[in-house]
Amino acid sequence: MSDGVLPVVAEGVGKRFGDVVALDDVSLEVRPGEVVGLVGPDGGGKTTLFRILATLMLPDSGSATVLGEDVVGGLWNVRSRIGYMPGRFSLYPDLSVEENVRFFASVFGTTLEAGYATIEPIYSQIEPFRDRPAGALSGGMKQKLALSCSLVHRPELLFLDEPTTGVDAVSRRELWELLGGLRDSGMPMLVSTPYMDEASRCDQVVLMQQGRMLASGTPDVIGDLFPGSLFGVRGRERFRLLTALRAYQHAGTVTLFGEELHYADARPDAPDAVVVAGLREYLDATGFQDATIEVIEPGIEDVFMALMGSPVTADSA
Amino acid sequence: MTLAVEVRQLTRRFGRFTAVEAISFDVSAGEVFGFLGANGAGKTTAIRMLTGLLAPTSGSARVAGFDVLTQTADVRRHIGYMSQRFSLYDDLTVWENSRLYGGVYGLSDRMIEERGQAMLDTLDLAHAAHSLVGRLPLGWKQKLAFSVALLHEPAVVFLDEPSGGVDPVTRRQLWEMIYAAATRGTTIFVTTHYMDEAEYCDRVCMMVDGRIAAMGTPSELKREHGVASLDELFVRVARATAAEGG
Amino acid sequence: MPAGGTRLGALRSFMLKEVRHLLRDRQTLLILLLLPLAQVIVFGFAMRTDINDVRIAFVDPVPDALTLALRGRFAGSGQFTEVAVLPGTRELEDVFRRGDADAALIFEPGFADRIGRHESGKLMLVTDASDPNTASRIQAYASAVVTAYGASLGSSSLGSSALVPPVEVRGRMRYNPTLESVNLFVPGLIALVLTLVSALMSAISLSREKERGTLEVLLVSPIRPWQIILGKVLPYLVLALANVGTALLAARVVFGVPMRGSLALLLGASLVYSLVGLALGVLIAARTSSQRAAMLGAMVGTMMPSTLLSGMVFPIASLPGWLQLVTVVIPARWFIVIVRGIMLRGVGLTELWMEMTVLAVMLAVLLAAAIRSFSARLGNQ
Repeated sequence: MSDGVLPVVAEGVGKRFGDVVALDDVSLEVRPGEVVGLVGPDGGGKTTLFRILATLMLPDSGSATVLGEDVVGGLWNVRSRIGYMPGRFSLYPDLSVEENVRFFASVFGTTLEAGYATIEPIYSQIEPFRDRPAGALSGGMKQKLALSCSLVHRPELLFLDEPTTGVDAVSRRELWELLGGLRDSGMPMLVSTPYMDEASRCDQVVLMQQGRMLASGTPDVIGDLFPGSLFGVRGRERFRLLTALRAYQHAGTVTLFGEELHYADARPDAPDAVVVAGLREYLDATGFQDATIEVIEPGIEDVFMALMGSPVTADSA
Repeated sequence: MTLAVEVRQLTRRFGRFTAVEAISFDVSAGEVFGFLGANGAGKTTAIRMLTGLLAPTSGSARVAGFDVLTQTADVRRHIGYMSQRFSLYDDLTVWENSRLYGGVYGLSDRMIEERGQAMLDTLDLAHAAHSLVGRLPLGWKQKLAFSVALLHEPAVVFLDEPSGGVDPVTRRQLWEMIYAAATRGTTIFVTTHYMDEAEYCDRVCMMVDGRIAAMGTPSELKREHGVASLDELFVRVARATAAEGG
Repeated sequence: MPAGGTRLGALRSFMLKEVRHLLRDRQTLLILLLLPLAQVIVFGFAMRTDINDVRIAFVDPVPDALTLALRGRFAGSGQFTEVAVLPGTRELEDVFRRGDADAALIFEPGFADRIGRHESGKLMLVTDASDPNTASRIQAYASAVVTAYGASLGSSSLGSSALVPPVEVRGRMRYNPTLESVNLFVPGLIALVLTLVSALMSAISLSREKERGTLEVLLVSPIRPWQIILGKVLPYLVLALANVGTALLAARVVFGVPMRGSLALLLGASLVYSLVGLALGVLIAARTSSQRAAMLGAMVGTMMPSTLLSGMVFPIASLPGWLQLVTVVIPARWFIVIVRGIMLRGVGLTELWMEMTVLAVMLAVLLAAAIRSFSARLGNQ
């Protein structure tokens, strides 16, 4: 790839289906050797963006180049140079593991042997099952196979649309380890995921909600976008604690977060110590003496929720 | 304390493949019970047996006080079910869906009317009563589906990945609804891939290769295994089982 | 697969993949091979409009040598069964009302005498015409028997008031002497079978690819739409030709339909016709959004016109004028003419060049349309 050419540049991309706005003024960049994560729930426009960048759909507005080629005019050049893994398990269930890989290799004019070195870290994990029909593989193995198929022709860029959705926690970790390995070897990637915790593994994160970008930047930068301070409150009887906290006069937002509750105060300028003291007093008074309070770093999910604004209303579909 | 679900040595074989192997546990009324495990670990099969959709090969189970094998019809009358893949009919309106499910569960027209209206008010969906469900955003659909599953006030509700793909705010709203239902005495049986949601459960059960690999309250489990999160526990347990070749 | 070598034809590996799909889907494969065969046999037997075992009653008030001889002819024809011999016409009404007879032959008293005097003997044939089609065939058969008998007497003056010797019999008899209806239908069945296999299978195969999501991945690759289409179409072509072979075999062996023309020409025409069906299947799949819709589209779009409007069962000439115009665009119509021509009349390219050209043109048009509608991009869902 020539120097100075960014793997992906999207500017003001817009797309609508009928009266539904799928994408609204989305701009992003993928720099060489970077992993960019598109993070957001279903309906956010992630798949539509992928399809436009992979030259499968035309944007209604804006422009995009992939590996220096325009996605509209240069589609055949783009298609031979990228690897694409769409959302569903896009494999042939009645063909074996090896047959699937060989087929996709040949479609790109290459062979399994030629691409073996590139896919080896991934393929070696499923190679023992090379004669098994793809339909008989577990979810995690199917994803590894799909990844192998998208890499075997040694693309210069990878598009992965929700590779970890619906897959169990162990397989998800393994997949991200593999992706990390790919990144270390210099492969730029655009990955989408609904799991916010995976976003922290990316170099750049783009938060998307209903076709719009809420924020973009490194995970740290995004964390700084959280308005004010965030506090973690732990205690027994989480639900009662939640209700009690919400009844607190200075409560801003109180959200469930696994083991703890995340509390943001409604007073934007109150110093942390004052907030903690006030909370302590309130919790003691309401019967939660053993609840703990501490200042915590806002995560991507916290920021996402803060930026989402008011909850989606039923008629904003 | 009444037991909402009693499972004894429940087993299911498909030919030579054992999908669920001799699992046993109890769930009390009003408990939020989390059922975790990889796809193919046997979760779905176990739930199918508990909802009366699949007959066990051996062992027994009682749900809402009824035997799943011999009193299947009674079991079904007293449970609710909601899954990520299918919950409501996209081409029917919100109201029509409530009428349908209410009717299916034998609620009188008046009850459907009352409860349906109350449900819509609680969800703040009264204005969308005559919109097609297909046009609602996913988050609203899931919240609505959950409420509809509760219309007939079942003793036990089975939720199969209720919050998959939903935005984080709605996810939590759904869980608050789940908590509220549990406080009212409904037993919730939920599966999920979000490990932070596993923390919301009163007790959690992890299935690996058809067997129960770990069970207890989230804090107990973390203490026992010396891990900081259930996510880590899951990885450890799953890998350990794989290493044993089990 | 040869190791190394980066120039493996994408098309070749695509076809190989399709063949694998075909062979591994045992159920579908079995259906595709056996169903057409079963159809030919079952339909061939079921759709016969031949009449056998016509129950005939005779009203012979004064039986004589000639009446007895003629009655014997009917009995011995194999197509008629004598159910009653009545002295008069009064009882005939009851016989018909009870449904005991399909037809009745009424002799006039003094039949033999009149023949002896070289006057015409009078006969009346009455048929139960509640099924008019059957009735006219019964009349035709009966007249054939009577005419044959009359010829054997050396007398051509065996006229009758109700018997109308069908003139067309002679024309038909040249290629179908025993008026076997099977010769009419079976060639049409071959066309039907080919249509089913080609259009339905290619439609399903392509829409399955769409539904599964693998099409998306294929599109984002150097492989071009025409390669995808061709790769899907060609393996099914082999299957379609295999079906032609079995159908022909069934036609010859089971039904005795003659094969008077060139087999090579028939296979060649079948090839073109199958391709037409395959292209149609691709077009349907490209325009529909699910496997089920594609299947329905293929069946309704090909089977129905092929059975009703192709001349397979109902002669085109008997259709209303505007519908006759419509049949011009039905590929099966042209193919059936070709098949019948080759099998029954033994004609060759010189006589059938027009029909072959029409089919070839249809193929070109459909292929072009299929490739064009199979966009290199995903449609807007």
